[in-house]
Amino acid sequence: MSPLRRAWARFRSHRLAVAGAAIVAALALAALLAPLLAPADPLAQPDPVALQNRPPSAEHPLGTDRFSRDVASRLLYGARVSLGIGVAAALLAVLIGAGIGLAAGLGTPAVDQMLMRGVDVALALPRVFLILLALALWEDAPAGAVIGLIAVTGWFQTSRVVRALVLRLRESDFVQAARALGVGRWGLAQRHLLPHVAPAIIVSATLDVGNIILLESGLSYLGLGVRAPAPSWGNMILEGKDQLLSAPWVAVAPGLALLLTVAAFNLAGDGLQDALDPRRNR
Amino acid sequence: MSEPLTPPAAVPVPAPVPAPSSAPLLELADLRVTFATEEGVARAVDGVALTVQAGETVGLVGESGCGKSVTALAVLRLIEHPGLIAHGSRVRFEGRDLLALAERDIRAVRGNHLALIVQEPASALNPVLTVGSQIAEVIRAHQQVTRGAARSRAVEMLKAVGIPDAEQRYGQYAHQLSGGMRQRVLIAIALACRPHLLIADEPTTALDVTIQAEILELLDGLQRQMGMAVLLITHNLGLVAERTRRVYVMYAGQIVESAPTEALFAAPAHPYTQGLMAAVPRPDAPRERLAAIPGQVPPATAWPAGCRFHPRCPFAWEKCRAELPPLLPAGEGREARCWLLADGPHGDATP
Repeated sequence: MSPLRRAWARFRSHRLAVAGAAIVAALALAALLAPLLAPADPLAQPDPVALQNRPPSAEHPLGTDRFSRDVASRLLYGARVSLGIGVAAALLAVLIGAGIGLAAGLGTPAVDQMLMRGVDVALALPRVFLILLALALWEDAPAGAVIGLIAVTGWFQTSRVVRALVLRLRESDFVQAARALGVGRWGLAQRHLLPHVAPAIIVSATLDVGNIILLESGLSYLGLGVRAPAPSWGNMILEGKDQLLSAPWVAVAPGLALLLTVAAFNLAGDGLQDALDPRRNR
Repeated sequence: MSEPLTPPAAVPVPAPVPAPSSAPLLELADLRVTFATEEGVARAVDGVALTVQAGETVGLVGESGCGKSVTALAVLRLIEHPGLIAHGSRVRFEGRDLLALAERDIRAVRGNHLALIVQEPASALNPVLTVGSQIAEVIRAHQQVTRGAARSRAVEMLKAVGIPDAEQRYGQYAHQLSGGMRQRVLIAIALACRPHLLIADEPTTALDVTIQAEILELLDGLQRQMGMAVLLITHNLGLVAERTRRVYVMYAGQIVESAPTEALFAAPAHPYTQGLMAAVPRPDAPRERLAAIPGQVPPATAWPAGCRFHPRCPFAWEKCRAELPPLLPAGEGREARCWLLADGPHGDATP
């Protein structure tokens, strides 16, 4: 059995992780199919006076907000923003981190020193503050900018983990043996190091998605992430906070969605960690 | 051959096979490897000179820690920080100075014309790659062949090293193979590009005795088929006696004796070699306690002054403590690093 199939078998035996993965899959599907699933246009304001802040009903499963917009539809479209930014930024961050980590671990001691001291400094920077500053200065920043900012300030830990793994792997007999047989640097990185580093990268990316979704919601809540009227879970909570007592569904629905999503990513990440642990792969 | 030497005029004379030129296949001269450690500079290999001719099997023996494996790694320039191959060391292989080659060029030598088999069949294979793809990888690193061609060469190699169901085994992982099988795969990887010289560092140490013999037979057969030379690195004197034509004995980072195998076993010249042989159990000898060489190999950061073996040598006298002996002639084709061989005021002190 190949290592991947064994990892899959271990993952399947982990019930909570499977549940987490299923929820993630369902959320992703819902986000993708939002135009088909949504009962209404997320931006439409049919009657801001008469249909304002209506409680959940057959027509509006999650009620309406103070502009009479359908909360369920906004929630579905918001999932696109939250998941999209979370996944894209996590992937980008992990790619940068893995690249820098590999370079530091495989490069000359001078290259390694330069990169890792840079990371030391970068880790001392206040991430949230920097992102807030950039977005405050950059009016109408597109979603790509939010993704970029989150990724560029979020790869440092990954690079350290990858570098440490690479340094350990470099000493391993099979890497030594491959070197002794004339396998080049690229071949070593790609065939001998990456498969052993990949589990750590995948796990850290999965766990990152949850954190980034929270971070993005925070930014949107502050009015700096995705800007109204486009729905994101963060700005939905922002819009609902003033009617928290009179129309709780407006803020509670995106809040619960956020909780569920982040929890699902974390459960799936933990399961992946157990399933992919290289020490259990031998 | 009783036929006249002049061939019939019609038959073209085949180009003569180039006679084994006098230049050896591998020649190490004054090889020095140092490691910067917290205890100081360890001179792990300190002035090693040895030669291997095309096609021959040469043994390199010594206790663990004497620098055998470091010598092997240095030949392939695989010494990594904090290790350093000292300036002035020379490694000539097929007429080229390996220490002067660019990184790409040395990589083209490794695993191609000069291959290394390392000690650990358990860990020298990558656990997440199929064994077959690891053979194909080496072929593709050195030859411009398609994936398919590399694959069928790899399957051939698996067959050549005596692995049954080679096609199936190609797609298996290291953990699905026994220790002996893994060692066979490692041999297949090392020999995939038909090297001219194989450096085998303790190729059988990690295996069961019965499997050891099989692996050695296999190596022997493949060596004859391919006409390659083998530098056999081991601490096992029995192996050396059986398999090699010439032997170098290493102690404390230096060659202390070199001799044709038979001559060495008939009459070891260096007291260290004598000690090593006395420490090997012999079925025909009367049962008594095995002689052990007193003391231990000193640490490489602090080799003793004078002859490095003198603290453990039963014959040591002042000169041994004061001055490092050079390799002195010790009979036909032999040398030993021992003052006992020097003519002079102390020449009477025979062992």
